[in-house]
Amino acid sequence: MIRLLGSKVFWRGILIFNAISVLLPVFFLINSSLRSSQDFAKNPMQLARHPYWQNFSQVWQNGDFANFLKNSLIITSGSLVVILAFGVGAGFVLGRYQFRGQNLILGFILTAMLIPAKLMILPLFIQLKWMHLLDSHLGLILVYASGSLPAAIFILSGFFRALPADLDNAARIDGASEGQMIRKVLIPLVRPGLAIVTIYAAIPIWNDFFLPLVFLQSPGKKTIMQGLTIFFGEYGSQWGVLFAGLMIASLPLIALYLVLSEQFIKGLTAGAVKG
Amino acid sequence: MAKQGLKRQQNRMAIILLAPAMATILIFTTIPAFTTLSYAFFHWQGFQRGSFAGFENFSKLFHFPFKDQFLMALRHNLLVFVGIFIVQTSLGIFLAYGLFKIKRGQRFHRTVAFFPVIFSLVIVGYTWQIILNPFFGPINYFLHSIHLDSLALTWLGDTKTALPTLVFINLWRWVGFPTIIFLAGLNAISTDYVEAARIDGASEGQIFRRILFPLLAPSMTIVSILTFIGAFEWFDLPYVLGGSTGGPAGSTDTLALMFYRLSFGSVDSIANQIGIGSALGVVIFLIVGTGATLGAKWLRGREVEA
Repeated sequence: MIRLLGSKVFWRGILIFNAISVLLPVFFLINSSLRSSQDFAKNPMQLARHPYWQNFSQVWQNGDFANFLKNSLIITSGSLVVILAFGVGAGFVLGRYQFRGQNLILGFILTAMLIPAKLMILPLFIQLKWMHLLDSHLGLILVYASGSLPAAIFILSGFFRALPADLDNAARIDGASEGQMIRKVLIPLVRPGLAIVTIYAAIPIWNDFFLPLVFLQSPGKKTIMQGLTIFFGEYGSQWGVLFAGLMIASLPLIALYLVLSEQFIKGLTAGAVKG
Repeated sequence: MAKQGLKRQQNRMAIILLAPAMATILIFTTIPAFTTLSYAFFHWQGFQRGSFAGFENFSKLFHFPFKDQFLMALRHNLLVFVGIFIVQTSLGIFLAYGLFKIKRGQRFHRTVAFFPVIFSLVIVGYTWQIILNPFFGPINYFLHSIHLDSLALTWLGDTKTALPTLVFINLWRWVGFPTIIFLAGLNAISTDYVEAARIDGASEGQIFRRILFPLLAPSMTIVSILTFIGAFEWFDLPYVLGGSTGGPAGSTDTLALMFYRLSFGSVDSIANQIGIGSALGVVIFLIVGTGATLGAKWLRGREVEA
């Protein structure tokens, strides 16, 4: 037993077993989305030899589905714009300037990081209603931005702080204003930080279920994750169509993960390692 | 003079750049966090606030009919935490150690191990719902085909198996996360310690038990705290697979689901009860807050300098 735990063959076997248990359900999802519902009901474990693309066209013809995707895209990209714009500004100031009250601001941000969003959903609901931001994409965007900004500011201020101090002075001597210096010199240098923040914020927002469930009520405004629950109610046991729906909803992230897996891993664990 | 001009320009810049972020956090996080506390101490008519209620909402929470629901949900959260903590953490360390040992192909296996973490719990939940479907799902189809019919259970439909099945699905989706944290922890340990021990004749098992595992304590702290918070705010997966009442028959009900029902109403109780819901919110916050703080304190105490 002890000898076994020291051998590389044993660990390689474990990793291969793990890879199979991760990839098998995903393969099942892809494979089943390419089979007709009747075919699937007969035997759930057959290969899709003749891809049945009608599942996908049927999902697409359900006009709501495209709309759900569009809404998710608007909400995720809108939140990202706010988070990156506000986060870069605040991250720059906290990472590069020394001023009185800095610790106060850091404490304020750190406290905000510890508040669980789920538990203040009621006052947020009533507050958004009062601000006429309930059942609106903008309202949801601002709530998401507020939730991700504290960690985003911490991550970005770390990146700004790590840049050499002479950089600012050189730019200033060359006659650059503070604004020009940030835009032309510093932002290009903190690009890896921007990538981490983008993934840290975008994936949970795209995947989120709880906040849209509570804040968005008009069917036309709902996101793809809410849409899937409606979709599963509508299409009951039309397996092929359900699988195609799940595929379309997960495809954007799968595709991005294949290209940017390292950034994904860094970004999604950033909150754990930094906090 | 030039220096003073720069200072003034910087001060103006600091205010312009900090204000939008600070205002957003203040309006959408800090203020609601403070008001959420006050909600629990008032009577509510739908979304209309009434008179001061003192601790009445809290006492209602601990009396009929809410008490039984509350205790059952709390028990489920505790079971889920213990289950996730034991299985997910040990499997995470196990896989991280495997990745640590295997250098060739490490990148591939690391990428694959983390893969499920990017999926939405809605997608994960529905996919597994079909995989575990008693009539059309491949798992039971397979079990029937090899004549293990007694093992082909109605996984999500039985009050006895529903919660463990949800914990298993959660494991599939999450285990890559602690794996990566532990792997980063292992990689941060200086190779000098391991080599010195090896020269002294320590076995691989001894090296893991005496050197690597104790030095993994900081990663253990992070994983434990995140697991604790996650378990007591468990919502998406039970909601997607069991509905807002934690079906079947409340066997997957959690505190977060109960909080949701009280706050926004549900099929069996049309009217919402914001006062009691907020009281439950405060209780959950106290459980998570004290648990995480005490846990972090205790776990940090056993961390050693690497």
